[in-house]
Amino acid sequence: MDFFSLLAWLIPVPPLLSFFIIILFTNQDRRLSHLVALGAIGLSLLFSWTVVFRALGTHHFAEHPIAVSVAWLPTGDSVFRMGVAVDPLTVVMLFFVPLACFLIILYSVGYSNYGKPLDQRDLPGSPPHHGVEPMYSRFFAFLSLFAGAMLLLTVADNLLLLFFGWEIMGLCSYLLIGFWYGRNYDDSNQITPRQAAVKAFITTRFADVIMLIGIVYLYSEAGTLNFREIFFSADIMNHLLHTPSLIGGLAAAHLIGLLIFVGTVGKSAQFPLHVWLPDAMEGPTPVSAMIHAAAMVSAGVYMIVRMFPLLSAGGGVHGGSPTMTVMAFIGGFTALFAATIALAQNDVKRVLAYSTISQLGYMVAALGIGAYVAAAFHLMTHAFFKALLFMGSGSIIHGVEHGMHHTNEKLDPQDMLNMGGLAKRMPTTYWTFVVGGLSLAGFPFVTAGFWSKDEILADAFAHGHWWVFVVLLISAFLTAFYTMRQISLTFLGDARTESAAKAHESAWTMTLPLVVLSFFAVLAGYVGVHMDFPVLGDMLGNNPFEHFVVGTLPHHLDGFEFNWTPVLFSVLVGIGGLGLGWLIYGRRPLSAGQPDPLVARLGPIHKLLVGKYFLDEFYNFALVRPAKWVSEVVSFLWIDRVIIDGVLHTIARFTMRIGAGARWFDKWGINYAPDKLSDGIRASGYSFRVIQTGRVQDYLLITLTAVIAVSGVLFLMLR
Amino acid sequence: MEMGFPILSIITLTPFAAGVLLLLFPAERKREIRITALAAASLTLILSVVAYVSYDMEKAGYQFVEKFTWVDTLGISYYVGVDGISLPMVLLTGMVMFTGVLISWGIDDRPREFFAFLFILATGVFGVFVALDLFHLFFFYEIAVFPMYLLIAIWGWKETREYAAMKLTLYLFIGSVLALVGMLAMYFISGLGTFDMIALENADFSFAFQKFWFPFVFFGFAVLAGIFPFHNWSPDGHVAAPTAVSMFHAGVLMKLGAFAALRVGVMLLPEGARFWLPLIIFLALINVIYGAFVAMMQRDFKYVIGFSSVSHMGLVILGVATLNPQGITGAGLQMFSHGAMTALFFACVGIVYDRAHTRDIPSLGGMASKLPFVTVAFIIGGLVSMGMPGFSGFIAELPILIGLWNAGSVTSEYFIAPYYTWIVIIAVVAIVITASYILRAVHRVFFGEMPVEFEGHISQSTWRDKIAIVMLAVVLVALGVFPGLMAPLISTGAENVMAVLGGM
Repeated sequence: MDFFSLLAWLIPVPPLLSFFIIILFTNQDRRLSHLVALGAIGLSLLFSWTVVFRALGTHHFAEHPIAVSVAWLPTGDSVFRMGVAVDPLTVVMLFFVPLACFLIILYSVGYSNYGKPLDQRDLPGSPPHHGVEPMYSRFFAFLSLFAGAMLLLTVADNLLLLFFGWEIMGLCSYLLIGFWYGRNYDDSNQITPRQAAVKAFITTRFADVIMLIGIVYLYSEAGTLNFREIFFSADIMNHLLHTPSLIGGLAAAHLIGLLIFVGTVGKSAQFPLHVWLPDAMEGPTPVSAMIHAAAMVSAGVYMIVRMFPLLSAGGGVHGGSPTMTVMAFIGGFTALFAATIALAQNDVKRVLAYSTISQLGYMVAALGIGAYVAAAFHLMTHAFFKALLFMGSGSIIHGVEHGMHHTNEKLDPQDMLNMGGLAKRMPTTYWTFVVGGLSLAGFPFVTAGFWSKDEILADAFAHGHWWVFVVLLISAFLTAFYTMRQISLTFLGDARTESAAKAHESAWTMTLPLVVLSFFAVLAGYVGVHMDFPVLGDMLGNNPFEHFVVGTLPHHLDGFEFNWTPVLFSVLVGIGGLGLGWLIYGRRPLSAGQPDPLVARLGPIHKLLVGKYFLDEFYNFALVRPAKWVSEVVSFLWIDRVIIDGVLHTIARFTMRIGAGARWFDKWGINYAPDKLSDGIRASGYSFRVIQTGRVQDYLLITLTAVIAVSGVLFLMLR
Repeated sequence: MEMGFPILSIITLTPFAAGVLLLLFPAERKREIRITALAAASLTLILSVVAYVSYDMEKAGYQFVEKFTWVDTLGISYYVGVDGISLPMVLLTGMVMFTGVLISWGIDDRPREFFAFLFILATGVFGVFVALDLFHLFFFYEIAVFPMYLLIAIWGWKETREYAAMKLTLYLFIGSVLALVGMLAMYFISGLGTFDMIALENADFSFAFQKFWFPFVFFGFAVLAGIFPFHNWSPDGHVAAPTAVSMFHAGVLMKLGAFAALRVGVMLLPEGARFWLPLIIFLALINVIYGAFVAMMQRDFKYVIGFSSVSHMGLVILGVATLNPQGITGAGLQMFSHGAMTALFFACVGIVYDRAHTRDIPSLGGMASKLPFVTVAFIIGGLVSMGMPGFSGFIAELPILIGLWNAGSVTSEYFIAPYYTWIVIIAVVAIVITASYILRAVHRVFFGEMPVEFEGHISQSTWRDKIAIVMLAVVLVALGVFPGLMAPLISTGAENVMAVLGGM
C-alpha cells in the first residue's frame, strides 16, 4: 500500500477515534475535548488535502485513481471486499467536506459558550442560557462521529461502506437533533427536539431500508457493490440493463436505480420525504450547518452523483432513462415547492431549511437531466454558502439571546419579526451573511452560487429540457426574493425589540468560520465557469472543474455550446428577485408590530404556505395513526390476545372440560363401583357382625340351621 | 482432534456439576453460593472461548468429536462435536450464562436453588448444541426445557408467573413430543438401527416419508424458536421470568429451537424442507412484521423486547428457509447476534426494573441521568436490533436478505419463487417499525423527565451489571465492524449444511 492509499484509509479515522476518546476519556475536561475534536478533524483535513493536491497534480488522475480493499464478509461463494477509493469526484468532496466540518467544530466552541463557567440554572438537555453547555464534551463527540461518518462515506469504494457512513450519519442526526432532549414548549403543537429527532430518524430510515433493498438487489444481480467494478464493466452494465425486473417494463438497472434514489429522497429531503428537515432545526445550530450543508444532505446528492452511470443507464446521458425522468421530476418539483414555503417562514433557520430543500432539488433535477458536472459543482458551492448562512443564523440567534439576557424579554429569538437592525450591532455576521445570501440568490458574475446555478440552467437549456428550465428559473427567482426578505427583516432598519437592540457580535471562534466561508462562497465559483464564457472562460483556465470531474465517468460526457440566453435569464431572475425583495422589505424596513406585507398580498395562499401545505397533518392522518391502530388494535389486541390466545384458552378450557369429565368418570364411573362394592362388603360385614356373639349355643344353632338348609338344598337338587 | 481433550463434554457437564455442588451448600451461605456460581460460569465461558478459537477453519466439518456407546442395543450413543454453526452457539451460551450470573447477583430468594436450576438448564442447552446423536439431542433438549418451569414459576413476576410458566411448558412439551415422534419415525424407517445423525443424513428417506414427517420435526422444534402462530408463549414467558431467565430464554433457548429445526428438520429431511419451504417462509415473514407491529404499542417494557424477539427470530427462520449458503450464514449470524442483543436488552430492562419496580413505559423516564451505562448499552442493543451498519445486526440481516433474494431466482420450481423479492421488501420495511419501537422505548424510558416518585430511589448500576452489559455490547459492536471474527466460521458451517442438502 503506497503512501497515498494509506492516507485515503486514514481520512475518516481521526474523527471516529476522537468520538471514542472524548466519550471514554476526556468527557470531564471541556478544553481537552474540543481540542481532541478539532485536532482530529484537522488531521483529516490535512490528510484529505494532501490527497487532493496529489490528485490535482497527477495527469490523467481519473484513469489511475487510488483504490485499496480488504476481504470483509464471506457471502456464500464470494467474499465481500471493503475498501476505499479516491477518484475525481471524491477529490471534490474531500476538498470541501473536511474544511466545512472543521469550521463547524471550531464554531461550536463559541456557540456552546466555551469560556463561561457552568451555571446551575442550565440543565443538561436544555439550551444553555447562562453558562457553558452542560453536555459540552458530548456535543463534540457527536460532531466528530458525524464528520467521521461523512468522510467514511466519501472515501468508500463500494455502496455498502457508503451505506455504513450513511447510516451512522442518520444516527448522529438523531442524537444531535435531539441533543436538547429536555426542551419542552408551552405550545403543545410545537415540535420538541425529541420528537424532531425521532421524526428525522424514522423518515430517513424508511428511505434507507428501501435503498437497502436496492443494494441487495444490485448485489444479487451484479455480484459486487464496488463502484468501479460495476460501472466500468460493460458486461455487468449490460446484464443489469437487459434483465427484466419485478415490475413489468423496467429493467433491473432502472428498478435498482429507483430504489437507491429513494435513499436520496429521504436523506436529501426531497418531496415527499422532506418533512423531517425543517423540524431538524430544533437541534443546535452547528448541527443544522452540519446536517444541511456539509454532511448529511450532501451525502444524498453525492450518492446519486456517484451512482450516475447506473441511474442513467438505458437512456442518453442527457436524460431519458426512467430513473432520470423521475429524478428530474422530483427534483424540479421539490425546488419550486420548497421555495414557495420558504417565502412565508418567519423563523430565521426555517427559511434556510426550506431553501436547503429547494437547492437540493436543483441538484437532483440537474442529475435528472444529465447535468452531471453542474450537479457536483452546485453541491460544492452550496455546501460553502449554506454552511455560511446557517452559522450566520446561529450567530444572529446568539446575539438576540444575548440581548434577551439584558432585557429579560420573553420572545422567540429565532423569529425574524423580533429582529431588525442587527447590521449595526453585528457587522461581521451581517457582511458575511450578505455574501452567503447573495451567493444563494445567485447574484450575477461575482458569487459562486451564480456560476453553479447558471451551469444547471444552461445545461437544461442546451439540451431542451424546457420545463425543468422554467421551473428552476421560477425557483431561482423565489430564492432571490426570500433571501432579500431574510436579510432585510434581520439586519436592516431599526430593531423591532429591545433584545435585538441589545444584541452584540459573537466570539471570534464563531465569526472566523464565517469569514473563511465567505471567501469560498465567492471564489469557489470561478473554477467552474463555462470554457466559452467571454473573457472569464479563458482567464480561469477553461473550466478546470469540468475537465477534472468528468473523468469519473466511464463514458464520455459531451459538453454543450455556450449560449447567452440562459445566462441572461439567470441574471434577470437573480437581480429581479433581489430587487422585488428590496422593494417590499428592504426599502422601508418593517417597524415594530407591523405585519409582514406578504400576509395581505397572498391572502389564503399565505396560510397554506405557513402550514407547509399541511403535509405533516396529512401524514399523521394517513400513515402514523393507521400504523398505530394496526399495531395496537389489530395485531396485539385482536390477533394475539383474541384469536391466538382465544384459541389457546378455548383449547385449554376444552382440555380442562375433558379433564373435569375424566374426573367425573373417574369419580362416578371408576371410583364409584369399586367404592360401592367395598362399601357393600363392609356393610354386609357390619350386618353379619351381630351373629358373632361368642356364645357356643348360638354357633351350634347357626350350624344346625345351615346343615338343615344345605341338606334341604342337596335333597332338592339330587332328587 | 479426535478423542483429544474432551472440551465439549467438560463445557456441557461443568454447569451440571456446579449445580449439584451448589445444592450441597447450606442455604444461608449466599455469598459463597454466588461466588461458586460465578466461578463455574467463568470456567464454562473460558472453555467456550478456547473451543471457539481453537476450531480449525481450514478443515471445517465436525470437530472436538467424542463418541461413547450409551445404550448399545438401541443404537444410542453419547456423541458430540461442533461445526461452524453450533460453535458460535456454544460461545453464546457461555456468554449468556456468565452475564446471567452477574445480573442475578442480587437474587435473595433461595439463590442456591436458582443457580442450580439455571445451571442445569445451561447443561441442557450446551448438550443440544453439541449433539450429533438424535437421542442425545432430545435428552438434553428436555433437560433444557424442564427447569424453565421452575425458574419462572418460583422466581418469576408474581402477577403472571404460574400462567406463563404453564403456557410455556405446555407449548414446549407438545412441540418436543411432535419432534420426538418424527425422530422415532426416522429411527425406525431408516433401518440403520442408530440415532447417529451423521449416519441418518445418508439414510435416503423416501420423498413421501420426508414430506409427511418434516412438519412434525420442524414445527416441533420451531415452536421453541417462536414461529408464528406458535409464538404466543414466548413474550408471556419473557415477561414473567426473572432477568437472567429471560436472558437465557430469549438469548439461547429460542436459538435452540431454530438450531434443532435446522439440524434435525432441514438436514435430515432435506426433501421435506424443500416441499414445505414456502409455508415456512410465509410464516416467518409474519413473525417479522407481526412481532414488530405488536412491539410498537406495548406499554410493558419487557413485552416490547419479548415481541421484538418474535420478530427477529422470524429473520433467523427466513435465513434457514432460503436453503442457500448466504441465507444460512445469515441465520447463523443472526442467531448469535440476536442472542447477545436480547440478553443485553433483558439485562438492561432488569436493571431498570430492579430500581423502578415498574416496567410500565409511560410511567418511566429520565433514567439516562442515573443509569448512563445502561442507557448507552440499551441504545447499542437498539442499533443492533434495527440493523444499523457497524453493528452485528446488519451483517446478519444483509446475508439473509441477499440469500432470500437469490433463493427466488434459483429455486424457480416453487410457486412462491417469483414473490421472494417482495418478501424481502416486506421484511425490510418491518425493520423501520423496529426503529420506531426501539426509539420509543429509549425516549420514554431513558430520556424525558424522571417522574418525581423515582427521585432518589434510582441507584447506580453495580460494577457487576456493568461488566455484563459492557461485555455483551462490545461483542455486538466488534462483530459489526469485524464480521471476519465469526462470519467465515459460520460460512463453513453453512457449507456443511449445503453439502447435506446437495446441489440445489
